[in-house]
Amino acid sequence: MNTIPVRVTGDLSALPGSASGAKHVVWWGNFGFMLIEGMAFLLAGACYLYLIGRSPSWPPPGDALPDLTWSSIFTAALVASQAPNLWLLRESKRKREKPVRWLALAMTGIGIGLVALRAVELGHLNVRWDHDAYGSVVWMLMVLHTSHIATELGETGVQTVWLFTHEIGDDQYSDVEDDSNYWSFVVLAWLPIYLLVYWVPRWV
Amino acid sequence: MTNEQKAELTRTWADPPGLWGFLTTVDHKRIAARYICSTIALLFLAGMLALDMRLQLSQPGMQRMDPQEYNEAFSLHGSTMLFLVSVPVMEAMALWLVPLMLGQRNVAFPRLSAFSYWLYLGGVLMLWVPHALNITPDLGWFEYPPLSGPAYSPGHRADIWAQMITFTEVAALAASVNIVATILKMRPPGMTLARMPLFLWAMLIASLMTILALPSVMLVTSMLISDRLVATHFFAPAGGGDVLLFQHLFWFFGHPEVYIIFVPAIGFVSAIVEVFARRPMFGYRAMVLSMVAIGVLAFGLWVHHMFAVGLPRIGNAFYTAASMAIAFPAGIQIFCWIATLWSGRPRFDTPLLWIVAFLVTFVVGGLSGVMAAAAPLDLQLTDTYFIVAHFHYVLVGGAMFPLFGAFCFWYPKATGRLMSEAWGKLAFWLIAGGFNLGFFPMHLLGLMGMPRRVYTYPAELGWGTLNLVATIGSAIAVLGGVVFVVNALVSLRRGKPAGPDPWGGATLEWAAPSPPPQHNFDWMPVETSLAPMWDAKDGLAVMEGLATGSREVLVTSLVEAEPEYRQHSVGPSIWPLVSGLAVSALFVGSIFTPWALVWGALPVGAALTLWFWPTRPRATAGPFARRSG
Repeated sequence: MNTIPVRVTGDLSALPGSASGAKHVVWWGNFGFMLIEGMAFLLAGACYLYLIGRSPSWPPPGDALPDLTWSSIFTAALVASQAPNLWLLRESKRKREKPVRWLALAMTGIGIGLVALRAVELGHLNVRWDHDAYGSVVWMLMVLHTSHIATELGETGVQTVWLFTHEIGDDQYSDVEDDSNYWSFVVLAWLPIYLLVYWVPRWV
Repeated sequence: MTNEQKAELTRTWADPPGLWGFLTTVDHKRIAARYICSTIALLFLAGMLALDMRLQLSQPGMQRMDPQEYNEAFSLHGSTMLFLVSVPVMEAMALWLVPLMLGQRNVAFPRLSAFSYWLYLGGVLMLWVPHALNITPDLGWFEYPPLSGPAYSPGHRADIWAQMITFTEVAALAASVNIVATILKMRPPGMTLARMPLFLWAMLIASLMTILALPSVMLVTSMLISDRLVATHFFAPAGGGDVLLFQHLFWFFGHPEVYIIFVPAIGFVSAIVEVFARRPMFGYRAMVLSMVAIGVLAFGLWVHHMFAVGLPRIGNAFYTAASMAIAFPAGIQIFCWIATLWSGRPRFDTPLLWIVAFLVTFVVGGLSGVMAAAAPLDLQLTDTYFIVAHFHYVLVGGAMFPLFGAFCFWYPKATGRLMSEAWGKLAFWLIAGGFNLGFFPMHLLGLMGMPRRVYTYPAELGWGTLNLVATIGSAIAVLGGVVFVVNALVSLRRGKPAGPDPWGGATLEWAAPSPPPQHNFDWMPVETSLAPMWDAKDGLAVMEGLATGSREVLVTSLVEAEPEYRQHSVGPSIWPLVSGLAVSALFVGSIFTPWALVWGALPVGAALTLWFWPTRPRATAGPFARRSG
């Protein structure tokens, strides 16, 4: 016999077919990837601090400081985007179809705006990546974060198209929740990078 | 469950037939099996390279390899063993075993495991296809700048090594997230964290370590590629960069990596010791806590790989202490295993023999590790054959021997047949004996001053005899490896039928038929103790109610494993493979032009969109609703 004897002690068929928040298994997958990328941000930040210690001054002699205007506008806009994002999170938890669709569309528009702002911001770093190690590490932090904004924009855009064209099930509300949490991660990850790239050279 | 329901369950979880089924499967067992077979093939290739190097060193002044060929051989051997064999094979074992040990039908993210394998395969091809074209990386398994920088390594050898790492690390990270989510959220009812088999603890801790350590190596190899491709200055002192930054980042990954390989082995050893000692593990809590301690301490040791680079002395003292400290949790584990065997009724079948060999070899490797952890001694020993002996003792003895034991232990579960004990024991004595004969003399050679990575040596130095002994030992071990593989292949057809539980196993995988059907279990087991199979005298407690007509798995709470909901589990899909191909194109392209990151992202985005596009009815409300009539 290739089976073992069993005795049935319970029935699982009455359980729900989905869940939200940290009860959902996908929430943990999302969290796992945030942990990976958070670690990459942390290590990239550590590289920045390490290189400060290797240089007689920071930025190195002859390098101009990065401009504050566009980066601060970008930062303010990014932080402000949390308002509609958290609203979207709340509506997805309530499983309300109409506001979820429109808020996802709004977040896509906001994402496009932020990518445009970021493009302008990159033009005001005042150093090229191939100029010296300072330029290299500044660009590394910026490229890392920009890739997250762009990826998140792509994801939200695709999700928005799907939300408008399909009936939304419980698992898809969870997906919206995960996307919204991920955006919060992208916003939170930016704040220390903003301080490192724009303020630390002014303080050290 | 009625026979009709069983038939429906089988149909629901069946892969499509033929090649399409092969390319689209999301069955964790099929994916893990191809992972394991690939690693065995690469272990064979890396073993051949090792034998080739040993032949070259068997006598002084040999000229059958020139220095360049020798550099390529040890670079390919080390890179293959670390990145393409040791880490992936542990993850593959987890992908295969974790759902079975949890009584589940699949992992948390089935398509992610398929994607992980395809990217791993991309990494294999990234290293070995260029080798076939004579563009082999030649700077060792850690390619330090400035030697690997644009000034000293023109061409693409260094890029190939760096990008192979990106492939394999993305694959490993995908597998690790999958394993963590599966263990945390898909434990069977009753399997609280305090009642989780040690193997699952080991895989959880190793996967979390992977998640925290691997970003470092991906970052550092990306920085190296960017120094080489777009003239950044991370590691160029003339531009304000620092070559030691590479070493810090590499070893911040590299040291935990050793434990990412070793901690799963702790899981194998614990599982095998328990079953063959025929008693529950001695010191379960001490084992769990020492694994956690190893997981934490492993991140505080990396500088002991850099004692010779001239760091401040206080730093060396701190890392010496930290490196020695990790011997405590490792020692606790050794004593727990010995106590379990001592107080049990051990049965010395092949799997347990491997564990005995592990205990002896790993203790030797651990002791030479404590020696090398002392900075003053390390300054004398670093870059000598003593270090080569040390890391082979801990990696082969500490991880490969338990792996071979695990292979023999779970082989009947995977195939339905037992491997031959007689041939298994012969392979064991050849490998364990040959290994010790091959590597023990290297301690002495190192103490005599023989540096590692030399392609030959003059006769006057007096290293010839010990080198010849080392070569003979290695050849015996390779012969043992051949016997091991042939035994596995022959037993596929000729082995004795195993039944579901040939060893009297303790954990839930032994409740599934051997080999398990695609859906693993007809029902959901309930964990009643740490050894549910031993306590199931009136039948194993199970729950019914998961769907038979659609793919469903049970999701439970984080700590107490209370049932929470039934999760739809996705079926076969071609998109993980297509996504893997798109990502591969991006990775390969980006060693030639940075624009590959931009243009390559478009097919990746398209493939991922199709992968994740949910299949649900069209909207009936809103501006894009399907209008009827």
